[in-house]
Amino acid sequence: MSSRGFGLVRRRVPLARWLLIGSTLCGSAAEACAQSRDAATEAQSRPVVVASKAFGESYLLGEMFAQLLEDRGLTVRRSPGLGSTEVIFQALLADAVDVYPEYTGTGLLAVLGEPPLGTPREVYRRVYSQFLDRWGIRWLPPLGFENTYAMSVPRQLSEERGIRTISDLAREGADLVAGFSPDFLGREDGLPGLRQAYGLELSQVRSLLQAIKYTALIDGSVDVIDGYSTDGRLAEADFVVLDDDLGFFPPYEAAAVLGAAVQFEVPSVVPILTELSGLLDVEMVRGLNRRVEAEGAPLEAVARDALIALDLIASEQTAESENQSDAGATSTESDRNGLLAFLWARRDVIAAQTSRHLFLVASSLVAAILLAVPTGLLLERARRGAEGVIRAAGLIQTLPSIALLAFTIPLLGVGVLPAVVALFLYSLFPILRNTFTGVRDADPSATDSASALGMTELQVLRHVRLPLAAPVIMAGIRTAAVINVGTATLAAFIGAGGLGDPIVSGLALADTRLILSGAIPAAVLAVAVDLGLGWAERGCSPRI
Amino acid sequence: MILEPVLEARSVAKRYPDGLALAGVSISIQAGECVALVGESGSGKTTLLRMFNRMVEPDSGVVLRDGRDLRELDPVELRRSTGYVQQEGGLLPHWSVSRNAAMVPELQKVADAEVLANRALELVGLSESTFGHRRPSELSGGQRQRLAIARAIAARPRVLLLDEPFGALDAITRAEVRHVFRGLRKELGLTSLIVTHDLSEALELADRVAVLRAGSIERIGEPDAVLSDPGSAYVSELLDRAGIRAGAGA
Repeated sequence: MSSRGFGLVRRRVPLARWLLIGSTLCGSAAEACAQSRDAATEAQSRPVVVASKAFGESYLLGEMFAQLLEDRGLTVRRSPGLGSTEVIFQALLADAVDVYPEYTGTGLLAVLGEPPLGTPREVYRRVYSQFLDRWGIRWLPPLGFENTYAMSVPRQLSEERGIRTISDLAREGADLVAGFSPDFLGREDGLPGLRQAYGLELSQVRSLLQAIKYTALIDGSVDVIDGYSTDGRLAEADFVVLDDDLGFFPPYEAAAVLGAAVQFEVPSVVPILTELSGLLDVEMVRGLNRRVEAEGAPLEAVARDALIALDLIASEQTAESENQSDAGATSTESDRNGLLAFLWARRDVIAAQTSRHLFLVASSLVAAILLAVPTGLLLERARRGAEGVIRAAGLIQTLPSIALLAFTIPLLGVGVLPAVVALFLYSLFPILRNTFTGVRDADPSATDSASALGMTELQVLRHVRLPLAAPVIMAGIRTAAVINVGTATLAAFIGAGGLGDPIVSGLALADTRLILSGAIPAAVLAVAVDLGLGWAERGCSPRI
Repeated sequence: MILEPVLEARSVAKRYPDGLALAGVSISIQAGECVALVGESGSGKTTLLRMFNRMVEPDSGVVLRDGRDLRELDPVELRRSTGYVQQEGGLLPHWSVSRNAAMVPELQKVADAEVLANRALELVGLSESTFGHRRPSELSGGQRQRLAIARAIAARPRVLLLDEPFGALDAITRAEVRHVFRGLRKELGLTSLIVTHDLSEALELADRVAVLRAGSIERIGEPDAVLSDPGSAYVSELLDRAGIRAGAGA
């Protein structure tokens, strides 16, 4: 990740901000309500967007930031579980995100691309000054704990092969399988750096989400993982954390990072979040993580309890927090009652996520139809260059969806708009191709004789080609819609909401019911869209 | 003859990317005459036919209608006033029989398009009350081809161009549709140009037969004349292949 790359991004910020306003405007009604309430209570110019990355501790810290800000009277919009450091940092640069929890070492290596040198204090000073100078981004004083990478192997393997340090791992690694988080695979302070520093070569590297790494290590699917030192589960089972004998990993002190704009637009954020500085120690965070990841306690309740324990939230909050823990108890109870009760308890949330999901799919689809159908018709007339254009649209289709979503962030920030744009791009190819081929291949003898008997080209198009191609065009629209219902679940990675939200956070928190509360409606939606558009396809088929 | 031909081509040539189609062909057709263009596939007969409604433009040479250069005429107007029937019928599969038959009068925005269509349907033996609401797919092959002819004559064109109109039909149906065609020719006084690969069909239907070979006219004349004097080994061979002995008609 080069600073030149970020320089390019920086210049695009005004556009991104402008577009963000657009995406906020077309956002949910709940947001509008929140904004109006805010306007009534104090002169906060806009909600503070609190984000997190897609792993348990980040969710938890983000939620703590959000609750603390809300307690102090600010309006907050949550954007939890954003895809990766790359995604969330781009969003921060674009002021699409205002604050999120980050680690100093990550800032030093993954963002600044500097070598892992120095004491925790030196690293903090370095990222503090560099981020402020380059991008106006502010690191608040550290929260008080470090969360470094804890390269871990099963105890048995460690003893059999004498693997106690990362150097040992490099020596023995040739036949070992690793399970690393996607983020770790690409980062300078992750696998690429380890390869350089230790000459580490493994027989196979699998990409695993944080929440399932320990399970994979226990059942023997992988031999080594990149644990986090604050993981609640690290102490649970029989693992050995390998010593970083060459001192490769930098200090990773957790801290809140603030975007450039919010510091001026909602200045009270700075003192409020600074209240948390220095209050969290490793033991406490490990305990909180365990409650969330191992015991499945609701994030909101854990965050609230922590803030109360730290005396940051006044005791009047207790009543509300008891309600919350009631909700927590209900959810544990419904655990016993099974999945259906859980889904029923979340019906309002699921309905809201489904409607957001439908909005993402429908708006991108309508935009794609408006562009791709006329373009397909034009290409059929022009023919020359048609192959090239269709191939280009097909090329977009071959991009991995998560990559396409990530590409839109530097331009459009995070949230609904970039997701709609990405889904729109995805929809173009099937509609364009089917319009083109459907119209081109429409009964050649019918089109020829219609033209030979004096229909103009436009009349042939309107009366012959289009009606005969209609089912083919509809089939393309149907394909695009069904693909989009699936792809839209990935939009959660860039903060667009929808049914991907519970899937992403369920994966991060190893909560199967949460995953299913997104996956089941998404599957039902896909089938429903397919059936509905299949019916429309038959409806628009001409009687022949 | 002093009469001006209705259709005339003067030294028309056409080359497609994959080869020569016509190498300077001239032909003229008088009012009320039926001329058949016969030849094997690739002989250029369809290309020549489609020059008369500007579905194909010649690379060189001139095509005339009633003495006027076709390039002076609007192609859409020309086509609306020229009947056209092709081998597969070319009917619009999503339109009813009535609507297909009324297509050209509707395009001409004639007030009594429906009346004209019904009359044309009757002329080819498809009554509107029985067939009008059916789709082309609900007709037999012969009925479809009769509908294609009805559509081509509904707007009362003076000229009818037919491209293998009976090619896709079985022998009995073919005889029936040919009968319809012959009746119409007399009744409407049509000037017609018909493309066929079937020499015996050409000899039976047409007033004159033009045999095309590799983009040139090998022999043109009345059926009896062609039969008595094939004029070339190629035409003799075609007659032999069609099972007609040269000189038999004389």
